[in-house]
Amino acid sequence: MRETIIEARALEKFYGDPGNNPIQVIAPTDISVYAGEILAVLGPSGSGKSTLLRMLTGLSKPSAGEVLWHGNPVGAQSPNVSIVFQSFALFPWLTVLENVEAPLKARGIEEIPRRKRSLKILETVGLDGFEAAYPKELSGGMKQRVGFARALVVEPEVLFMDEPFSALDVLTAENLRTETLELWANKSIPTRAIYLVTHNIEEAVLLADRIIVLGKNPGRIRTDFQVGLPQPRDRKSAGFLHLVDYIYKVLTQPDAAPQFAPETEATALRPGAPRAKYPMLPHARPGGISGMVEILSDRGGHDDIYHLADDLSFEIDDVLPIVEAASMLGFVNVAEGDVELTPAGHQYVEADIADRKELFGNAALERVTLIRQIKRALESKSNHTLPDEFFHDTLDEHFSEDETVQQLQTAINWGRYAGLFDYDSASRKFYIADEEPETVPA
Amino acid sequence: MSVIPPGLSRQFSLKNTWPVVLDVLVFATVLAVFYGVLTIARYWSGQAIPVTEISRSPRSLPRYAFYSLVRMAIAYFLSLLFAVTYGRIAAYNRTLQPFMVAILDILQSIPVLSFLPGVMLAMVSLFPNKQVGVELGSIVLIFTGQVWNMAFSFYSSLKSIPRELSEASTIYRFGKWQRFFQLELPFGAIGLIWNSIVSVAGGWFFLMACEMFVLGKRDFRLPGLGSYLQTAAGNGDTYAMLWGLVAMIGVILLIDQLIWRPAIAWSGKFKFEQVESTQAPTSPLLHLLRNSRVLNVFREKTVSPLEERINLWFARRKPLHEGSGAPPAWLKSLGAVLAVAAIAGVGYEVFRAVALLRGVDGAEFRELLKGAGATFLRVNVSLLLASAWTIPAGVAIGFNPRLARIMQPVTQVAASVPATALFPVLLLAIVQLGGGLGVGSIVLMLIGTQWYILFNVIAGASAIPSDLREVASLFHFSRADRWRIVILPGIFPYLVTGLVTASGGAWNASIVAEYFHFKDSVMSTIGLGAQISAATDAGRYDTLLMATVIMATLVVCTNRLVWRPLYRLAETKYRLES
Repeated sequence: MRETIIEARALEKFYGDPGNNPIQVIAPTDISVYAGEILAVLGPSGSGKSTLLRMLTGLSKPSAGEVLWHGNPVGAQSPNVSIVFQSFALFPWLTVLENVEAPLKARGIEEIPRRKRSLKILETVGLDGFEAAYPKELSGGMKQRVGFARALVVEPEVLFMDEPFSALDVLTAENLRTETLELWANKSIPTRAIYLVTHNIEEAVLLADRIIVLGKNPGRIRTDFQVGLPQPRDRKSAGFLHLVDYIYKVLTQPDAAPQFAPETEATALRPGAPRAKYPMLPHARPGGISGMVEILSDRGGHDDIYHLADDLSFEIDDVLPIVEAASMLGFVNVAEGDVELTPAGHQYVEADIADRKELFGNAALERVTLIRQIKRALESKSNHTLPDEFFHDTLDEHFSEDETVQQLQTAINWGRYAGLFDYDSASRKFYIADEEPETVPA
Repeated sequence: MSVIPPGLSRQFSLKNTWPVVLDVLVFATVLAVFYGVLTIARYWSGQAIPVTEISRSPRSLPRYAFYSLVRMAIAYFLSLLFAVTYGRIAAYNRTLQPFMVAILDILQSIPVLSFLPGVMLAMVSLFPNKQVGVELGSIVLIFTGQVWNMAFSFYSSLKSIPRELSEASTIYRFGKWQRFFQLELPFGAIGLIWNSIVSVAGGWFFLMACEMFVLGKRDFRLPGLGSYLQTAAGNGDTYAMLWGLVAMIGVILLIDQLIWRPAIAWSGKFKFEQVESTQAPTSPLLHLLRNSRVLNVFREKTVSPLEERINLWFARRKPLHEGSGAPPAWLKSLGAVLAVAAIAGVGYEVFRAVALLRGVDGAEFRELLKGAGATFLRVNVSLLLASAWTIPAGVAIGFNPRLARIMQPVTQVAASVPATALFPVLLLAIVQLGGGLGVGSIVLMLIGTQWYILFNVIAGASAIPSDLREVASLFHFSRADRWRIVILPGIFPYLVTGLVTASGGAWNASIVAEYFHFKDSVMSTIGLGAQISAATDAGRYDTLLMATVIMATLVVCTNRLVWRPLYRLAETKYRLES
């Protein structure tokens, strides 16, 4: 039996009053982190993977449920954790050495041992000679090394990493991934578990011993399985490709309960929680949808999502909303990780610019709730104008504040493209432009 | 002085929309406190006040300059302390936050002289028959003139600390001490320094008013540059006046070179940026200080070990886990009791204040409204006149780097001269030309506030991307089109920032511009500023309170109804994004 370091029971996050229709961000979730493993948590944007990390580390309080560290509630003690942040989160006014020393200073460690430990860890991550530099003088990769050094200097029991490589270029990211694995495999660091949040599927399959895939709206665990592949892993091996494909399938079928991945030891599987009632607009631009549909048409109207994303060097956060939007509009069908152009999609590809707008508009009106609601509400007013607060209030019941803003932003993009309605950002009003050009919105 | 960056604190107050109810509530509180201080002050004021004779000999100037500097320095450090404390509480206490921000917004709109009677009488009564009372009063007055925007600046800096940076200091268990010195203070440093410069300039502007004034039957005089200038002006002594001016400008330029410039260059390291910027401000003095061996040894031997010890003490002493659990119930109920008591107190004081205000009869009230109208007109005429010359001049300077290099030092010196020090000279000229103070005060306001607009227009014009200007040349835009389509929209956000600051400054300047002690007589014109000054002189607290309420209401309303919508427009429609 593996030793459990963190155990979260029925962890939940919602905004608003629990009695009065709260906005669920994370549905009740059980999650454990075991000693000796690299756990990767994958999920599309909006699946609450960052929120989950913040609740496990004690940075954010769960709305319900509890987080136990070695069986004790997280609030009663300070767990020895570190976080490597996506944005590095270095203090620009401190030198590299001062940045690394800061956590030790906070623990009241005297100057001389503090300096010794910091210099040693800087050497471990390959930063000797950079002690006196300021972060702004370093490249992105070097900055993240400082982030790692600062995280490792306190010898954390669990090292949390919040998309640590996503702000780096491809080569630098690959280099740092390999070095992280080496440090871990050689036991150069006393860390007992690594918790990696990522939206990069290959990164997860490359590094992790166990992968959890989150679903969104609300955030919940879709699948949780062990990766049986030996290290070092080959990206071209059949096992690797199979796993990547499997995760794509899970991610592109948000409603279906995923099947066990064959050839992997699936350890746990939880049924998905019911989806929120209000359909969510995927954040894709009309231009992106058109482009994807065109490429699909060039490839004979049928392709594997993984190939599509790989060829475009898109990550899932980029490609999933586009696929989802195209499917919502009825231009494509998604099944088993494959996309296929529908007759409506073919018609759209064939049409010229003006006709495309009309096809897009008709599809959006017919199939997208928010677009239809905005259009109808504007039509029902004699001056065809409504303040955006009106729609804010409607959406507030279903989404968090940030999500509401994003939903409206996407709706504006779609509405403008299809010529259904327009938005005046100075007066913050939606309106339908009249035929006569002289009428200007209030 | 340097170009004022487009991020001054005032913007922040305009960006936020607090409910109107809150404004009324806060307004009531301020009114109540004001009245409270006034009552106590009146009750305490029965003591003898020492009167110092101010010498007009230039030989006294070094001593006077020193006195003034010390006063300004103490007031400044008080402001800094207050700003940091107030900013922290406002940023971290969610219950108090909206109130504290609204209080700042309103206090900012109250002219310095309106604080005068309360502050002065209270301080003098605290230390009867001693110079220290009057001195403290003067210091607190200077303090009230410069503290609010600094507090705003620190508050808004704290609110804009990036989330991950704040989380990093939590996850690495920074205590309050370390968090303050390694995160909060560095992050707010740049904003604090720029606002300090503006604040201290404001301090010089009102120095004359803060060092020598009449309050009812009492005559307060403190040895200092401000009182020297005022005495010289009062006696029509042009020779002394010029000496005083030279001394003041000299001190201001010295401070600029010895303190502000090194401070700005030093603060470059606190810039929150990912890549190093190519153009960094420099200061030879800072370079010297950094490379001084003596100073470095001194630092290593004293400051660093001390800092180390303090930090260790705090680090070992702090509880293992902070912020866990809700505050105890007794603390909550204590808070509730205090809140109820405060509300009751405010209610009572408002009631009393309103009773005091009833001493102002209908005729007087109409006079005050007429005065408010006159000052309102004057403020806006001065803004128009200032815009009329600063917009073309600023755009010309901003578009032409060579011209900017020549003009920048000149305008900076010109802007650093406190307009109030020039008033006597200008007044002499105006009187000789046969103009009255009614027109003259517009000129005085103009001199005091035009620089805010000029500096912002220069900054705005140089921020217009050159490709936009090239498009205008390419398509042969007419001169009018060039202004209408490229230049005015381009500088709009900066122009609004400049106008807001200038408008606030002009209102404040009205109290010294519309009313002037000159050769044993008083020159004044109809206006709210003159009425406030006259009420202070005569010890008419009811009129003073009423006039202050009218002015604060006008300023706050203008901010809400005019400047805030313009800001929103500047932020949405006229933002230049790359």
